[in-house]
Amino acid sequence: MSEAEIATLAAILAAMVRAATPLVFAALGELVTERAGVLNLGIEGMMLMGAVAAFGTAHAGAGYAAAMAMGAGAGVAMSLLFAFLALGLRANQVACGLALSIFGVGLSAFVGKSLVGTPIEALPALPIPLLSEIPVVGRALFSQDILVYVSVLAVPAISWFLFKTRPGLILRAVGENHDAAHDIGYSVLKVRVLAIMFGGAMAGLAGAYLSLAYTPMWVENMSSGRGWIALALVVFATWVPARALLGAYLFGGVTILQLHAQNWGIPVSSQILAMLPYLATIIVLVLISRDETKIKLNAPACLGKVFHSGR
Amino acid sequence: MALHLELRPEPSRAMLFVAPMLAIALTVATGGVLFAALGFSPLPALKVFFLSPLGDLYGISELLLKATPLAIIAVALALGFRGNVWNIGAEGQLIMGAVASGGVALALYDVSGYWVLPVVLLAGVAGGALYAGIPAFLRIRFHANEILTSLMLNYVATLFLAWLVHGPWRSPEGYNFPESRMFTDSALMPVLLEGTRLHVGALLAPVVALIAWVILSRSFLGFQIKVIGMTPAAGSYAGFGPKRVIAFTLMFGGGMAGLAGAMEICGPIGQLVPTVSPGYGYTAIIAAFLGRLHPFGILLAALLLALTYIGGDAAQISLGVPLAVTQVFQGMILFFLLACDVLIRYRVRLAARPSLGGAA
Repeated sequence: MSEAEIATLAAILAAMVRAATPLVFAALGELVTERAGVLNLGIEGMMLMGAVAAFGTAHAGAGYAAAMAMGAGAGVAMSLLFAFLALGLRANQVACGLALSIFGVGLSAFVGKSLVGTPIEALPALPIPLLSEIPVVGRALFSQDILVYVSVLAVPAISWFLFKTRPGLILRAVGENHDAAHDIGYSVLKVRVLAIMFGGAMAGLAGAYLSLAYTPMWVENMSSGRGWIALALVVFATWVPARALLGAYLFGGVTILQLHAQNWGIPVSSQILAMLPYLATIIVLVLISRDETKIKLNAPACLGKVFHSGR
Repeated sequence: MALHLELRPEPSRAMLFVAPMLAIALTVATGGVLFAALGFSPLPALKVFFLSPLGDLYGISELLLKATPLAIIAVALALGFRGNVWNIGAEGQLIMGAVASGGVALALYDVSGYWVLPVVLLAGVAGGALYAGIPAFLRIRFHANEILTSLMLNYVATLFLAWLVHGPWRSPEGYNFPESRMFTDSALMPVLLEGTRLHVGALLAPVVALIAWVILSRSFLGFQIKVIGMTPAAGSYAGFGPKRVIAFTLMFGGGMAGLAGAMEICGPIGQLVPTVSPGYGYTAIIAAFLGRLHPFGILLAALLLALTYIGGDAAQISLGVPLAVTQVFQGMILFFLLACDVLIRYRVRLAARPSLGGAA
């Protein structure tokens, strides 16, 4: 390969990682929530609120750290709304999640109206010394911004937490059999609220990444379905963090393919190409759902079920 | 003090009606707080949003115009929700109905006759139903979750319509705007009230509600839907699987969403444009829940949600608040409704915690 080709390859890989990062955050958060037995369909809404909160904070000049914290905080606040309805008042989880998404789309557009069209400086890259010097991979993986690193490091951290620690075991127990977990003496409600809040924080960070780094601006509905794609990724990952990362990067690849296809002279209009990530999601869901027993074996047994402590 | 939920021996019928009223009242009250936070005095602002749009005949005609697609879609979606089939793709099915009917309308551009409009509308029904057939097939054949597949197809439909009006179907005399030719009179919905945009499609909403009611309460299929909705296992004991229910409810929902899309482009819009719906397919989900998943309740709920659209318009014009205030109100209605629904199955009591005395 010539030097120019290598540079192009590195740029494409780097773009793929960036396109995947919001999906990594959102899918990992939802994965933990679902492992605790709660199905939160409201990722899209939490993500958008995270995006607008992070952008507004950065735009006001409070700095990136505060912006990220506000993004995560907005996600948590939204997730608590869900927790109150779905756990506190035992409402239907599917309906509550839908409500959260619809509300988040509207509220973020409402509060973000004055921010539309105002630019900010993108979250700066933090090249890691030495590692970023490696050809191709260095540029793709080790010359990214802080949120990309956090998203990747979150994968082993969450795997370790879920499968190697006692609180992780309790969380999985609550998701597999909430009645048994309750009888042993664990607080199902407390574990689930914490898991929902973690999912909210991660969705908020996914949004913060979109509006601070991926496209440093605020646009209504800028997540354009990524929250829903993240939900599909959790199924694709069969509730295993490392597979969620793999899935997200595959999707990042599809997204970038679609953006670059026209540069490569593929004579298909941009609207048709933009369908690719959504069609890919459907195909992936079909492929993974085909094997019903596989899903049944891997899905947390109490996913989406209401817990009655009095029973 | 702690909130304590006590399971009622059986669901309260009274609360079934009280809960939506309470939810609406809470939404209005919270809306007042929201307006106050934005620096408006709440009562006049609420009046602008909820009352002023209904001040004249034109306002009421607009209310009915916007309630029509909401009611038609929500009534059909509710059948699915009752049977645990979650069609979240009505927005895409509406768009594909508009595409199919728009295609026929453009193909019959040089033809006139009283039969053109029915053919165009039927094409819309077919387009929406077939599009909803995709998630139905994927669910039945591959067990793929219909929430996610139908939702993904919304984005695909939006892009497909954008491609059509930017490309092959762009009007030759449209100065390069992304829109199709204006439809001819034969393909347009006749107007009901002179001087308004209200068209004969509004009469279809109660008809569709009646059909849905008959299906639900007078047919074996309706019985199957209700049984599967309550306990999926019971259906298979009784000898019927959920496949028929999945296929029917999804495609009926898609067909009605397609009809709504066809009536939008043959009614107030009059051509294909990149955006043919202000989110009717999503708002219809709220209408279905607010109407208690009951066809006649949904007719009322659709009127209220239509009001949030024209109220949002009015608030944008006279108060200068973002148009998204409509979605905020819609989201609040659904939230409060889900919260108030707890009263149907539970008694809520404020109880002091037994052991933890003191200032908790």
